[in-house]
Amino acid sequence: CALHVICCNAGQFFSSGHTNNWAVLVCTSRFWFNYRHVANTLSVYRSVKRLGIPDSHIVLMLADDMACNHRNPKPATVFSHKNMELNVYGDDVEVDYRGYEVTVENFLRVLTGRLPPSTPRSKRLLSDDRSNILIYLTGHGGNGFLKFQDSEEISNVELADAFEQMWQKRRYNELLFIIDTCQGASMYERFYSPNIMALASSQVGEDSLSHQPDLAIGVHLMDRYTFYMLEFLEDIHPASKTNMNDLFKVCPKSQCVSTPGHRTDLFLRDPGSVLITDFFGSVRKVELTMDAINLTDPIKQMEENPVNGEEQKEVYSYADQLPVSEIIHQKPKQKDWHPPDGFILGLWTLILLVFFKTYGIKHLKHIF
Amino acid sequence: MEAAHWLVLLMTLVPSSVPQPKDDFQEELVIRPLHSGDIYASFQFRTLWDTDFMRENKVSHYRLFPKSLGQVISKFSVRELHISFTQGYWRTMQWGQPFIPSPPGAELWVWFQDSVTDVDATWKELTNVLSGIFCASLNFIDSTNTVQPSASFKPLGIGNVTDHSFLRYATLPREIVCTENLTPWKKLLPCGSKAGLAVLLKSEKLFHSSFHSQAVHIRSVCQDWQCKTTSWELRQTVNSVFDLHNSGQAKREWSLFKMFSRTLTEACPLASSSKLYIDITDNPQGEQFELSPATSLLSQAVVLGDRRTFSVYDLTQETTFGSVRSLNLLIRWKSNEGEMLRPLLHAERYVAGYGLQTGEIHTLMYNNHPYRSFPVLLLDSVPWYLRLYIHTLSVTSKGKDNKPSYIHYEPSKDRVKPHLLEMLIQLPPNSVTEVTVQFERALLKWTEYPPDPNHGFYVGSSVISSLVPSTVAMDTNSTRERPLFSSFFPCKEESSYFVRIYTEPLLVNLPTPDFSMPYNVICLTCTVVAVGYGSLYNLLTRSFQIEEPNPGLAKRIANVIRKMRGVPPL
Repeated sequence: CALHVICCNAGQFFSSGHTNNWAVLVCTSRFWFNYRHVANTLSVYRSVKRLGIPDSHIVLMLADDMACNHRNPKPATVFSHKNMELNVYGDDVEVDYRGYEVTVENFLRVLTGRLPPSTPRSKRLLSDDRSNILIYLTGHGGNGFLKFQDSEEISNVELADAFEQMWQKRRYNELLFIIDTCQGASMYERFYSPNIMALASSQVGEDSLSHQPDLAIGVHLMDRYTFYMLEFLEDIHPASKTNMNDLFKVCPKSQCVSTPGHRTDLFLRDPGSVLITDFFGSVRKVELTMDAINLTDPIKQMEENPVNGEEQKEVYSYADQLPVSEIIHQKPKQKDWHPPDGFILGLWTLILLVFFKTYGIKHLKHIF
Repeated sequence: MEAAHWLVLLMTLVPSSVPQPKDDFQEELVIRPLHSGDIYASFQFRTLWDTDFMRENKVSHYRLFPKSLGQVISKFSVRELHISFTQGYWRTMQWGQPFIPSPPGAELWVWFQDSVTDVDATWKELTNVLSGIFCASLNFIDSTNTVQPSASFKPLGIGNVTDHSFLRYATLPREIVCTENLTPWKKLLPCGSKAGLAVLLKSEKLFHSSFHSQAVHIRSVCQDWQCKTTSWELRQTVNSVFDLHNSGQAKREWSLFKMFSRTLTEACPLASSSKLYIDITDNPQGEQFELSPATSLLSQAVVLGDRRTFSVYDLTQETTFGSVRSLNLLIRWKSNEGEMLRPLLHAERYVAGYGLQTGEIHTLMYNNHPYRSFPVLLLDSVPWYLRLYIHTLSVTSKGKDNKPSYIHYEPSKDRVKPHLLEMLIQLPPNSVTEVTVQFERALLKWTEYPPDPNHGFYVGSSVISSLVPSTVAMDTNSTRERPLFSSFFPCKEESSYFVRIYTEPLLVNLPTPDFSMPYNVICLTCTVVAVGYGSLYNLLTRSFQIEEPNPGLAKRIANVIRKMRGVPPL
């Protein structure tokens, strides 16, 4: 994280109102020919990490593995530029949800925080009411929906309701929603919670197109909108003052073929005053104080049990790895309860007696 | 800088009257050239710590032992934990036996302490926590793929009590290993990936290999030869097999730089020993390959039933790095001769049959010893959607029936638990033993199919544990200072050594419905209803009226004039 030490002007500190940054980056497509969606997500991940958001504050969801896919001619790499110029996968990547775990249910649970109690911290979005969250979605979409892994969809109504839940639970301060799919603008049409700014790569009725194929890898590497957004973000550094109006101008129709759209009516501040690093970076603000603070005494280590003095009578040993005779004589444990044998006999006797009682005693003398 | 940091930490701690738990870190790399031209590299990083995780006062000061794993051990009362992530399949016939075996995908087996009351709930929580630590989908481990082996997977650490109700074993054959699993794994090492042997672990080279496996093993071991006290051992291992012909090298020569794209410059400052072993058993006079820079240190060790000779490079000595301050080993192959010793135990598994209804699983186990027979314990865990017909189970060796001396079978329950089949079979010398069982494929509910059901469904590898006779006397003195690669499996007797082999995982196709069917049916039905019924309704209920066509302009004007005149229109 970058430190901005601003002396003597406390009012300037909290002009944006946020104290921490989170990012939820989701790639929803499976299969090798959707390489570009994974590259899109990883390039945003790379920018966000470079500008300071740590891995513990990023929830990265990749629906399929492209880097170590057997079709990948250069394993452990995901490239964004042709001729393999930039490896966005890198050497230090932590994917929180991968493969079959990327489902609509898990995505909504991450956003709303309703996860089972044993979910580890790295898979949770632990944001509070002072968090700025960046949400990036990419994949195949249509008018009002986004396809997850070719088997289910999330609709724009569900997404809007999830954001409203987040607002009511005070899980965000400001939210930036970016989507790079076909007809992406339809996904933000239904938002109704305050403090949300949304960007999409294409309008309703338009398709988002991919950028360029690489002949060695054999698939398209990136989508146009995210490609130009990555180029724009590469020029941003943690102290830059670029604002959102510049981000809205990324990828005009001449470069993108589709018309990117944005929505700012729910956002309280003017987009011109919102810095890119408010969402993409993790700028920490530091307050200087001249007062002395008394620290409590250091914790004393507990006294060790006098293990050294006492002689351990017990000698340990390793277990036998394949004790053949022990295994052969091992009785399998009876798990199921079987009724005692006498019960069956008694049951049949009872049945016979009832039979003879009802149909006449004269049959009985043939038995006894 | 590391030493100064450590010194400051020590000084800010408790006064020296209370002894600190001692911890120790060792690292080693063994490189073994294989006969097929591949190179087998095995990294082992071991941290020993004499502390007690199980006491009430929590351990709060971690030094070399990673805190995340220490907290896992104490919170879940773990006695032993073994987790491995593997990409690729180990080819025993071409590569011999690995030092640390592992099946393709992810494998996790855990022994819990006796104090755990609800083992299943603890197991579920433990898999979730581990999935967060290693960035893997271990949360898919649930009751449908967990088994409780009754005789296999005895603890590898200290312990006499072996109540198998505290053991859980699960495997995820579909799990992918990539850089996101290596990154947190490297962060568990004391020196990270910044110094020592771990600098060689570059993902772009490691994953471009024929086989890559990374594992974490936690257990209690004896502290010394008397074995009156125990300490916790954490071993992190990486086993890789590089195929150098793959990367386009015409000559048979390789170096550390070619394999790992890095050279070694220093040992990890926190390590008490940091060594590099090259297996030169097949090269006693230097006629097979030439090793440079030369070293005079040699060591012999008995490992996997064979006495092997190794050239040793001690990285803690400054002289190893020479004047260029970096060590780049170079091996140049001179001749192609030499035959590999055939491994004594070898196994295969495949699915036979045709169609999508039934099939047969065949497991073949080869005993290549000319005159000795030995017992093997076969563990099979088959998912519930392959319904095994156990009455068709047959074990044959050399054409004759071979009755196992111990069979344990737990039938599956649909959607609850898998089949578990464990058998102790004696393999006759120089023979092939075939285990066959027929199965029927179940039809899943349509929500239970994964997003790509036409790929197929995986069945985890079979595990074959065995005591194989060894050609040289094994070292049973398990607590002496031995190289790490020879001290993984504890050795109780001299004439045989323990080995564990994994077969291939199976990929079976289940009958898959057409998922676009509901959509197609709705479209077709609605079209038929709209066109057919709609037309019929119109024909029945519409009434027809005759309508005059509109006259032309001239006629209309003429009609107007005729009306004015009082004459009937045209």
